[in-house]
Amino acid sequence: MEKVGILIEVKADQIKKANYGVITAARGRDRQLYAFLLDGGRADHKLTLGRYGIHKIIEIAGQEGPLEWNPATWAQAVIEAMEYFGIRTLLGLTSSQGKDLLPRIAARLDAPLVMDCIHLNLAEHTVRKPQYSGKTIATLKVQGGHCIYGVRPNAIAAQPAPCEAETVIYRTAPAPAGLTVKAIKQAMSAGVDLSEAEIIIAGGRGMENGENFKILFECAALMGAAVGASRAAVDADWVPYAMQVGQTGVTVSPKVYIACGISGSVQHFAGMKTAGLIVAINQDLTAAIIGKCDYAIVADLFEIVPRLTRKLQALDGRI
Amino acid sequence: MQIYVCVKHVPDTAAKITVKAPNQIEEAITFIMNPYDENAIEEAVRIKKRRGDAEVIAVTLGKPAAENTLRSALAMGADRGILILTEDPPDSLVTARALTVAIEQDGTPDIIFTGKESIDNAGFQTMYRLAAALDMTVVSNVAAFALEGKRVVVECQMEGGARGVIELSLPCVIGAGKGLNKPSYPTLPAIMQARRKEVKRIALDSLRIEKPSARADILELKPAVEARRAQQLKGSAEEVVRQLIRILREEARVIE
Repeated sequence: MEKVGILIEVKADQIKKANYGVITAARGRDRQLYAFLLDGGRADHKLTLGRYGIHKIIEIAGQEGPLEWNPATWAQAVIEAMEYFGIRTLLGLTSSQGKDLLPRIAARLDAPLVMDCIHLNLAEHTVRKPQYSGKTIATLKVQGGHCIYGVRPNAIAAQPAPCEAETVIYRTAPAPAGLTVKAIKQAMSAGVDLSEAEIIIAGGRGMENGENFKILFECAALMGAAVGASRAAVDADWVPYAMQVGQTGVTVSPKVYIACGISGSVQHFAGMKTAGLIVAINQDLTAAIIGKCDYAIVADLFEIVPRLTRKLQALDGRI
Repeated sequence: MQIYVCVKHVPDTAAKITVKAPNQIEEAITFIMNPYDENAIEEAVRIKKRRGDAEVIAVTLGKPAAENTLRSALAMGADRGILILTEDPPDSLVTARALTVAIEQDGTPDIIFTGKESIDNAGFQTMYRLAAALDMTVVSNVAAFALEGKRVVVECQMEGGARGVIELSLPCVIGAGKGLNKPSYPTLPAIMQARRKEVKRIALDSLRIEKPSARADILELKPAVEARRAQQLKGSAEEVVRQLIRILREEARVIE
């Protein structure tokens, strides 16, 4: 029986939805799935993880309590747990946290690592991932004593496969890491996280100023959507860099991406081309995005977005 | 102090990528320095300007044309360059080993900067492998950097715009993020001067790297299929919004 480890990400005591796609990708015949959790055991995830086919939940903790966030000690703790449970294959998300943990683990184990996978065949050790800003799809084969994979959030659809999960606590005392986390500065705006969101509504140059992004936030709140932006809007200082979708910003894979006043440069597409459905609202019929989306609305976004918000409000009232 | 900056020669983001069978791209296109590596060079040069005693060495691995990216780094203020030559760019396990050996043979790094990712292969891992090989600490996606004596304090971009304030000691590896600084474009005299700066050329084979047992090979590259057939929603604003709601509800099923 092959054991596969999955590094699970938790936010506010909840398992992030994107993890379920990773678990789905990890499943296979004669495979035992181990979920690694480092959230300090504040919530019981047995039911939620069991629903997607996790057999064992490994709560990784320090000798006297939870391991405070430190990428180096967390990576070391996961390596120790992998060794203890005899796990040689590890999957995680290509998220902010995954980008800091998976390569640390791979580097320490001198193991091959492929990030941003959109398709995995664990039996054959092959994966597919976008390269060159999403202009090509590469098929890679990895070989090694350990193999590590990062999955692009939301790129693989989650499918339930219920089983009975068992929780095991694994305590470790990782050696001093050489780096100290002094503080975590929270961002000003909370809201739905871009890389996690099922719906993203994003604004570009057509928003005209930062103040106007308010209409996107209002609309987003009603759909449970996250608000993104193009580089043009970020460079103009209308919105913070953390909202930038694209080549030099966040890569996203939502079910629906609504681009408002975004021309649709190659660089922007690099960050959102794997979205399920792309809707473009743009006055300019010649904008690149009009020909590269699924649904184009050639109209003034200031006419369309507030109307959409009002319609969503009406629907909300009805329910 | 010696600051090494690992840079990469990559296709311009706007360039059209054509696949040449089976795992290579047509390279008769515009290449640039990986954008995040510009932030890495800029930060190293700023340290040099502040301290005066620092030497900045740009290192790259690639085909002979990668020298152009080294020259850009030199024009931005790096003192000299190291070009590890290969006709067949290897995976990141070998790349990191090659960079490690070339740096160790050249000097004693106090800080190694890289970009947080390369926009061609997007492996996100070379800086971590360098750190592991050299037994240094590493942080990536760095948006703020301060050097205080032997101590480094950085801010790393985290999810949703949060930032982790992390302290580490020298020597260390730093993966530069976009927010770290605004790279300054080199002046014409700086570009002219860069042509005369020293670039050491080393054949990858001559580094005698121990071959790793693990590997990641590209079996195949395929152009991404642009499968979207744009359909225009027509009618009055009211009608268009009604259609959009229907699409969100029935086709995408993201709203109730």
